[in-house]
Amino acid sequence: MELLYILVITALALGASMIPAGRKFPPAVTFLGALAVFVLSVITAVKTINGGEVVAIKDWLSCDSFGALILLLVAFVGLAAAVFSWGYMAKFVDPGDDRKMRRYYVLYNLFLLSMQAVPILSQVALVWIAVELTTLLSVFLVSFEQTPEALEAAWKYVVLTCMGAAFALFGILVLYWGMSVAADYPFTWAGLMIASPKISPAFLNTAFFFILIGFGTKVGLVPLHTWLPDAHSQAPSPICALLSGIETTAVLYAIMRLLPMFQNGSASYASMWFVIFGLISVGVAAFLLIQAKDYKRLFAFSTVEHMGIILVAAGLGGHDAHFGATLQIVSHTVTKSFCFFAAGATLLATGSREIASVRGLIRTSPSTGVFLTIGGLAISGAPPFAVFLSEFSILKAGIASGQYIVTGLLALFIVIAFFGIMFQINRMVFGKPSTVSSKAAVPMTCIITLILMVIPVILFGLYIPETLLRLLHLAASSLGR
Amino acid sequence: MTDQNMMIPVLTKLSALTGALFLLTAFALVVIRQVIACLRIYRFQSFLLALSAVILGYQYFSIHLFVVAAITLAVKSILIPWHIRRTVRHEIYALREISLAINIPTSLLIAVAIAILAYFVASPLLAAAGGGFEKINLPVGLAGLFLGAYTVTVRRMAVPQIIGLLAMENGAFFAGVSIAAGLPLVAELAAAFDILIVAIVTGLLTRMIHERIGTTTVGEMTALREE
Repeated sequence: MELLYILVITALALGASMIPAGRKFPPAVTFLGALAVFVLSVITAVKTINGGEVVAIKDWLSCDSFGALILLLVAFVGLAAAVFSWGYMAKFVDPGDDRKMRRYYVLYNLFLLSMQAVPILSQVALVWIAVELTTLLSVFLVSFEQTPEALEAAWKYVVLTCMGAAFALFGILVLYWGMSVAADYPFTWAGLMIASPKISPAFLNTAFFFILIGFGTKVGLVPLHTWLPDAHSQAPSPICALLSGIETTAVLYAIMRLLPMFQNGSASYASMWFVIFGLISVGVAAFLLIQAKDYKRLFAFSTVEHMGIILVAAGLGGHDAHFGATLQIVSHTVTKSFCFFAAGATLLATGSREIASVRGLIRTSPSTGVFLTIGGLAISGAPPFAVFLSEFSILKAGIASGQYIVTGLLALFIVIAFFGIMFQINRMVFGKPSTVSSKAAVPMTCIITLILMVIPVILFGLYIPETLLRLLHLAASSLGR
Repeated sequence: MTDQNMMIPVLTKLSALTGALFLLTAFALVVIRQVIACLRIYRFQSFLLALSAVILGYQYFSIHLFVVAAITLAVKSILIPWHIRRTVRHEIYALREISLAINIPTSLLIAVAIAILAYFVASPLLAAAGGGFEKINLPVGLAGLFLGAYTVTVRRMAVPQIIGLLAMENGAFFAGVSIAAGLPLVAELAAAFDILIVAIVTGLLTRMIHERIGTTTVGEMTALREE
């Protein structure tokens, strides 16, 4: 029943945010809702570590270990961003404008609801709708600041991802066709798994390709990524953390669900395209990182890079590589949302989005400087942070399975991206302080979020709790056959 | 022998006619210059989609497909055009000619090439499970999907781009009524609802862009890009 409660609680928080009861009310109910959802997601995740499923309504609402992992991450970032939003939005919304504040939190809860639906729904056609809704319900969050740039970003976001969604829809219809020709099972993820050996490869391959292209647009795979740095940099920072940290991953989840339908592991059609798209994404993003002029865009390009790494890891095949992929999903989500929170704090402290006009942050705003440095180091994969551990385990699995060329290229691109990110962050944090700095104190809730978030960012690089480790292994084995 | 058997050739012909007209509307959306005409063509295309669902529903004795036809008519031929007219009135009635990114003859040639590509993509699927009506609906629907994507790419104004998006979904469903007729009704309902939200969100966003920036030639918004 937890799954049902999660959706109901978010819907209640959504309804409560509409009540005009003062400026503090919407953030408070949203925080309470997100906290309850997080607790319920932890319970759901713990229930799945015995290998079973948590079922709310059979064939409609259920979560296996992989779904529970994604749900847990959605709830985690949703909670962190709710805390961060409290202080951050108070600075960005004019004191008298309670309506705008309510609008923000209504949209926030709608967006959370759609993202929670992606791992909870088990009907594939409904998952498509949930994915489409994550776009449609976040468009007005991207355009929230109403600047011409934000509106342009929102337009590109909605048009390109809806184009992708139409392609994915066709893919899903073909998948359904293939299944209805072969056998009579419910059109759920579990049903597809049973039916997949009977489905003719022509259907599987065509459906897979359309879904990869379609959902891949939303994940930001190169060359379908052009909207991503715009949308992920123009939205308010807590929304960027949600978009970059978990929305992309939640859609990637829907693509990765198709992987076990293909036989013969790493030699399959799906694995081949995973590796090709993944490597292109990592490579192109690594070079685009170097020339970014806006630090939020820098982190957005890093998201493209990480999505590529996860795809390559999934495509390499074998349990070890799949475990690397699930670990990378966790470490990326935690670290990237931390980075965007740090970027948001930097924006508050300096008032500029441009890398060139932020200098000597460590002197002008020491705490922000420290957090941004940690964020940069962690996301680019320096030891001992979480991303280092996950990237290392992917590369190790690649070498162990003898796929030297793919692993070598991946390692090369990761190193290039590392230097790209560190070069930019270094310039911002150290160096001579710029003379003009519009100083604004970073709100308390933002600092609290950053301090709490830094714990998993470092901890998961050194030690992964036993329960989480089992969840990751189970999720990884659901990617293979 | 019976009426049913007499009906089949007629149905096939009707279905072929619907498919041909559907393809024609997809081509028209690429090149028609008047915004209001684009919207009318979209209405007609949605009507053809509903008609195709009725034909297939009659053929397969599927009440389900009749429901799909009714939803399609209500949402895509009535609600969505009404909403677009209401929210972006200024642009619809401006009757301006649209500046296309590529000139019309070249655009049509590319569109023909895209339609042929659609047949190529569809052929292995038809070979694996070649039945009756899929032979028409699948390639035509796929061409509708691709041509819709092409429309979005070459159009530079907001409303034609929105119509291109909606036409892509029409294309996917034109194939869908023949290949995925048994999809749960909840999914069909949700998809119709979803497309309505696409129209609402993009319509509102267009209005915001118009109010804030003063133009809806979205193809010319290039503040954000890498140098």
